[in-house]
Amino acid sequence: MSEHPLVQLTLVRFREFIREPEAIFWVFIFPILLAAGLGIAFRNRPADVLKIAAVTPELTASLRQEKLLDVQQMPPQAAADALRTGKVALLVEPGPGGSAVYRYDDTNPEARAARMLADRAIQRAAGRVDPVSSSDQFMREPGSRYIDFLVPGLLGMNLMGSAIWGMGFAIVDARRKKLIKRLVATPMPKHYYLLSFALSRLVLLVVEVAAVLGFGHFVFGVPVRGSMVDLLALCLLGSVSFSALGLLIASRAQTIEAASGLMNSVMMPMWIVSGVFFSAARFPDVVQPIIKALPLTAAIDAVRANMLQGAGLAQLGPQMAVLASWLVVCFVVALKLFRWR
Amino acid sequence: MPDAGGATALRLRNLRKEYKDIVAVNGLDLDVRRGECFGLLGPNGAGKTTTIEICEGLTAADAGEVELLGLHWKSGAHELRQRLGIQLQETQLSEKLTVLETVRLFRSFYRAGPAPAEVIGLVQLEEKQNSRVGGLSGGQKQRLAMACALVGDPEFLFLDEPTTGLDPQARRQLWELIERFKLAGRTILLTTHYMDEAERLCDRVAIIDHGKTIALGTPRELIASIGVEHMVEFSSGEARVDLDALRRLDGVREVRTENGAVQLQVSELHRAVPALLDELTRQGVPLTELRTHSATLEDVFVALTGRRLRDE
Repeated sequence: MSEHPLVQLTLVRFREFIREPEAIFWVFIFPILLAAGLGIAFRNRPADVLKIAAVTPELTASLRQEKLLDVQQMPPQAAADALRTGKVALLVEPGPGGSAVYRYDDTNPEARAARMLADRAIQRAAGRVDPVSSSDQFMREPGSRYIDFLVPGLLGMNLMGSAIWGMGFAIVDARRKKLIKRLVATPMPKHYYLLSFALSRLVLLVVEVAAVLGFGHFVFGVPVRGSMVDLLALCLLGSVSFSALGLLIASRAQTIEAASGLMNSVMMPMWIVSGVFFSAARFPDVVQPIIKALPLTAAIDAVRANMLQGAGLAQLGPQMAVLASWLVVCFVVALKLFRWR
Repeated sequence: MPDAGGATALRLRNLRKEYKDIVAVNGLDLDVRRGECFGLLGPNGAGKTTTIEICEGLTAADAGEVELLGLHWKSGAHELRQRLGIQLQETQLSEKLTVLETVRLFRSFYRAGPAPAEVIGLVQLEEKQNSRVGGLSGGQKQRLAMACALVGDPEFLFLDEPTTGLDPQARRQLWELIERFKLAGRTILLTTHYMDEAERLCDRVAIIDHGKTIALGTPRELIASIGVEHMVEFSSGEARVDLDALRRLDGVREVRTENGAVQLQVSELHRAVPALLDELTRQGVPLTELRTHSATLEDVFVALTGRRLRDE
């Protein structure tokens, strides 16, 4: 059994992958580093405390009643400098007749917020009573944070990158070295050669998905609300579609340079428009149909809907249809074009 | 006439292949007998590789017929692949695999053949069997390529320039390997532009130029066919030599000059050399260098085309 050509070819795929440290980095480590970096940069901080300055002890005392303000008492000249250089968002000075004067940049949202908080503190200190009592409820649930949006996007990007790079470089390199020609000169059934890529992809896929999802889940608590089986099925469909696209890209290229140019020009636009880092809905309505027809958009939308909204496969028909179409079209065209020498 | 059990292993008839700007094979006929080692000899660009790749079923001919082991590529491709061993000119095997892994991969494609370890022993790479292909020397890589060609226990072995680019010791090792395969009664078709290689290994050779056979026979027959047994070559520095006087000398067939040296094709060395020395003394030409060697296939090629094999 282990001497079956398909087993041997698939083993070769694994060995070539594992013995290439760069490939391991880009496929497994890089997405995790990216998720970690972005997760830390966009983590949910406790509500910001705003820095303001006051010039008299009385004003300072009144303002310190407000917990969301960090009040510093400064001499007038130093306070003006601090405001100008942005060290404080707001400067409170006494005005004529016991009034208060707020100096701030009204185009800065933080400064406007600081002004409202400061005014409320001063009015309350002077004895104002709010006619309606109110209380706050905070929404900081997993699922609505940036990291929750990001992890499905990274997962989709990873599926695309590893399928297209894994397919493209290996095939073009083998063609460049005349290795494909040499294999064709043996009795090897040609479809085994292509099938070995698919099989090795499947096994690596499980590892890749587990790495990204596991990291997101255990480090940032990113939820998977949909069925895990559905999610794997979506990843599988996405991965074979991207592999077919990679096969098409690699079907004729003779040099690594040509292939890598082609791969980048196919993947780069999708990284930008398909909603990896920000919602694809930000692009104009006119181009939305095109964006929705891209395989990466379909893959990310489907994965995101599964993980965040708990959508089942039945609700993801359109996205799955897009992926399946790319799979069939790319595969058929690639087989027609494929250069076996 | 197909003859599966007959004496002809490979029959080419009126083979033609044209590329955009060049006719690579121009009406080639060839018969390779079972059990012989047949050499295609010719300069680079003569059409040797195109011819061998048409025989291997890797390139389609524009016209002509290929019959191999009584089969044709159109109908018997799968069967043929099982029975052929092929070594291509420029294949680079995957550098990240070990020798054993590479041979196991190729072995898995064939229904029968020796065990990988046995083939590795045959090409003397036992000590390297767990080394990565990327770390092998040129000669070791070529022997591994040979192992991959032998792993299906082929009846017919195609070798395209098997020793090009190897150092003399590695070439000799490879020749010994090919000779052992010959002894086992298998058929070999090899291309080469080394005359010594063809003379040592090949039972018969075809000299190819511009896509056509210009001579066919055993190396001995071909050398005899140009009617000279020896070559005499001398240099005379700056002095001018009267070549017509040399042509009239006893036993000299032909006189040519090349890169300042004068070359004489000679049938009787023992008479021609004293006569040459006398004549040069008479002409007052100083001798800076004098060499003689037996005629080779290279000389056959020069006699037939007026060019050297490795001119290009």
